[in-house]
Amino acid sequence: MHTVRTVRRKVTLALAVTLVCTVAACSSSSTTTTNPTAAATATTVKKGLTVYFIPKDTQNPYEVIADQGGQRALQELGGKVVISSGTADTAAAQIPSIQAAIQAHAAAIVIAGNDPSALCPSLNQAAQAGIKIVAFDSDIACASSPSHLFINQANTEKIGTSQIDLLAKEIGSKGEIAILSAAASATNQNAWIGYMKQQLKKYPNMKLVTTVYGNDDPATSLTVLQGLLSAYPNLRGIISPTTVGIATAAQYLSTHKSLLSHLTLTGLGLPSKMKSYVHDGTVKEFELWNPDNLGYLAGYAAAGLASGSASLQAGSKFDAGKLNSYTVLAPSGTTGPSVVLGPPLVFNASNVDKFKF
Amino acid sequence: MSVITAPAPAPTDRPVSRLESLLRARELGIALAIIVVFGLTTLNNHAFAHAASIQQLLNGAALIALLGVGETLVIVTRNVDLSVGSVVGLSAYIIGDLFKHNHDMSVVLGFVIAIAVGAAIGAINGLVTTVARVPSLVVTLAMLYIVRGFDGVIVNGKTIDPDSIPTAFTAVGYRTLFGIPWLAIIVAVVVAAVGYAMRSFRSSRDLYAIGSNPDAAELAGIPAGRRVFTAFLISGALAGLAGALFLALHAQIDVSGGSGYELTVVAAVVVGGVAIFGGSGTVLGAALGAVLLNTINQALVASKVSSFWNGAIAGGLLLAAIAFDRWLSLRVARSLQSAEGAHRDL
Amino acid sequence: MTSDMATKTPVTPRRSVVETGKRALWRGVRRWESALVVVLIGALIFGSSERPNFLSPMNFFYTGLNMGEIAIMALPLTLIIMTGEIDLSVASMLGLSGTVMGVLFSNGWPIWLAMAAALVVGALGGTLNGVLVAKVGLPSIAVTIGTLTLFRGIAVILLAPRTITGFPLSLTKIGVVPIQGTQLAYSTAIFLVMAVVAGVVLHATPLGRALVAIGLQPEAAQFAGIRVNRIKIWLYVVSGVVCAFAGILLTLKNSSVSYDAGTGLELNVVAIVLFGGVSIFGGRGTVIGVVLAVAIVGALQQALTQMNVQPEVQNIVIGVLLLISVVIPNSGEAIRRIRDRARRHASTPSPRNSPNA
Repeated sequence: MHTVRTVRRKVTLALAVTLVCTVAACSSSSTTTTNPTAAATATTVKKGLTVYFIPKDTQNPYEVIADQGGQRALQELGGKVVISSGTADTAAAQIPSIQAAIQAHAAAIVIAGNDPSALCPSLNQAAQAGIKIVAFDSDIACASSPSHLFINQANTEKIGTSQIDLLAKEIGSKGEIAILSAAASATNQNAWIGYMKQQLKKYPNMKLVTTVYGNDDPATSLTVLQGLLSAYPNLRGIISPTTVGIATAAQYLSTHKSLLSHLTLTGLGLPSKMKSYVHDGTVKEFELWNPDNLGYLAGYAAAGLASGSASLQAGSKFDAGKLNSYTVLAPSGTTGPSVVLGPPLVFNASNVDKFKF
Repeated sequence: MSVITAPAPAPTDRPVSRLESLLRARELGIALAIIVVFGLTTLNNHAFAHAASIQQLLNGAALIALLGVGETLVIVTRNVDLSVGSVVGLSAYIIGDLFKHNHDMSVVLGFVIAIAVGAAIGAINGLVTTVARVPSLVVTLAMLYIVRGFDGVIVNGKTIDPDSIPTAFTAVGYRTLFGIPWLAIIVAVVVAAVGYAMRSFRSSRDLYAIGSNPDAAELAGIPAGRRVFTAFLISGALAGLAGALFLALHAQIDVSGGSGYELTVVAAVVVGGVAIFGGSGTVLGAALGAVLLNTINQALVASKVSSFWNGAIAGGLLLAAIAFDRWLSLRVARSLQSAEGAHRDL
Repeated sequence: MTSDMATKTPVTPRRSVVETGKRALWRGVRRWESALVVVLIGALIFGSSERPNFLSPMNFFYTGLNMGEIAIMALPLTLIIMTGEIDLSVASMLGLSGTVMGVLFSNGWPIWLAMAAALVVGALGGTLNGVLVAKVGLPSIAVTIGTLTLFRGIAVILLAPRTITGFPLSLTKIGVVPIQGTQLAYSTAIFLVMAVVAGVVLHATPLGRALVAIGLQPEAAQFAGIRVNRIKIWLYVVSGVVCAFAGILLTLKNSSVSYDAGTGLELNVVAIVLFGGVSIFGGRGTVIGVVLAVAIVGALQQALTQMNVQPEVQNIVIGVLLLISVVIPNSGEAIRRIRDRARRHASTPSPRNSPNA
């Protein structure tokens, strides 16, 4: 006989069971998200994933190439990429894109941080919503959360030290040198410059006289370059670890060839921009890596993390399509779990025409 | 307290007055300031006085000085043109793209197209300001957004690289004639031509009248609308020219070309003695103001002062220049009052 | 902008000075604010047509969070523009105050003391602006371009190239969580409170009427006994303090500050104030219009970002809105002027045809 009381008891019981199950489900899913270095749980990448790529801005040519690499990767994996950012190189311009990713329930975010820490609160929110965070090109520095994977274009230290080595080789390890950088606040620039200064200790006859900032703007770069040249007439070498800076300096030197008798330029440059300068003798060697591959690797890493087939555990491997497999490196210093694309590539007259970027 | 200033009288009407000599003093003052800065820096660092670095000083200031000429015309009429930076970026990219796809396009045609693009934007600015009677601050601010946005859409992440641009074109950016860079010569010619026109032609002197007292100018029969429109048209055209020169100088362009120039140009023009409320100032002063600001920027680097000080010094200088101009114009007003005291009650 | 050298109203007055009574004011501006309400509804419909969850509380929270600092800076700027002046240094003061707070905090100052110091810096900067504009009589557009450069320059000297992080978690949560129990971001709530205060001051106090009078007829206001200079100085001081406060909020929201915080925002703030119906000549405008403008721009940007529209296109939209916002009211006047001129020509012979000319 079903009395009202019995029905009410059944309903209450059903509700209680549902509640307990929900809480249990919630707590179990939160354990997986709060244990970032747990091992991978799946073996294949899910299809239909949406990954948000958030470059420094939507027009930076280097980042555009990297984003295309990411699109290629997700296409191969049966997913898709949404590229979203602002026009100003600020963290404030990237935050709405992070919010859009949360709203769209993206599987992962791949971000090149304009500011090492201003993005942390928003990214943390994204991580709590279950979105995997991958940083590339310019790392983020968020003390404890969110945990993320950094796709390093090359070993940070190597990028710094190899440029000093390149220059030293060309100027006979002797003389005054200067650095023409980008924005004074750029994380990657400052990291590389730090290693450059360290490496200089190995060359006691080389002296870094100053660092000037061109803000990745040709006009500013030219102004500070000209000031540099008049301030230090005995300057022997210039390192410009930014593609805009080195191209601006190269254009100036190629039209004032007399300076080349005592001045050498090197740094990080895009082969497409620099090849005419290599061919006319303005620049002998410079280096970079393949930004398309960087984005491609980031895409695979993001999809892998979102599917559970990749993890942040040090030593774990994940599949990166045509780039084969990559191993996650343990955190060191201020960098968290990371993956290194490969060694920097040196370009000179023998290979500069071979690349499309 | 309100003082009605008469529009500046035609130069042939009367002997050189205190007004004119004081105005001339302003340009001289800037020239003196340039020499002082240059001299102090050279004392500290002899390399600063070499031919190469003087060439660099001229080259570095050239684009801003060119933009300053157009901006002077506009500011003299009590307006402002904030869209010049975006126009530089847009026109540079358009001809860069054209060169990339038609490598044998003539250099002259490139310049013409760049100027035309700039003139078109200037015409829009002028039309909206004069016909729709919209304050130029708002119009050119809106155009700054619209043009930059439009530029972004057509650029779409691409860049123009040095090998897309014919060497005949980039030659304009670095060739010299008797040691003076072509870039500086082109700008100097523009400054001289416009400066001469401002002093001699009735229609250009009208600009000063419109700026000093718009109502009196209208009552005197000056076609203010047409004059102001022409000022914006020229400002836009010169910005287009500056875009072509930007491309020649840097041999590369992406979406950020010219960003932020508008404030630098206004600062240079104000430092150069052009009153922000219109009615006075010369293009020579504006050009010298650009040279002074660039000299200071390079002097700081050459003196091994951290480039971090640039902004603060530029800001302080600007404030000092405005205050000085105010003091100067008060003196002028007082001297006009005493000289023409009898006419004040008109 | 005011000038003590000549009147700025054309021969046919734009608006009748007699109509400064509250009723006339409302009649005049009501049309614009009503139009803004329609546009706001249109923007919301547009947003939700593309994304079904556009009208969600989470989105409301995000929009408020993103617009918070810009909105707060728009309020004192509204009052300043009402008096016929302008303040372009708002974003630089935001950056400078954040920088000061960060530098002091990183040197061991307690956070509240650092915040107080930042506010003092804001007051000092505002005083500089006010004295130069009101006491010395310099044109405000030029002065504030100068202080824009100066304040940013000082921020660079103080902080470049570092970034300060590590602000107390109890305060930085304003960047991630809304006020308990609501979906209102802290900065949104602060903005709304300040808007009410500004609205009351402008529309219901003698001070507010004085501001309108100063904007409409500066000389008459002076003769009517209004202490124009003192009011203007105080407006700039208030603007400085409010922008400093916005700088504090932005720093806490991002949990970090660098020297380029807020770069370029001044034009956004000016655009919003003008779009809100405040006349650049002074003397006309309402706080409610500015609040609506903030809402419209915020909603539009949020919608466009979530639809992944290029940020460049968003800039075009803002520019066009700004243009429309001034062309439409003025075209009404332009039509009236043409009609008047036609009427005058029809009724009286032109002076040139008069036999006595």
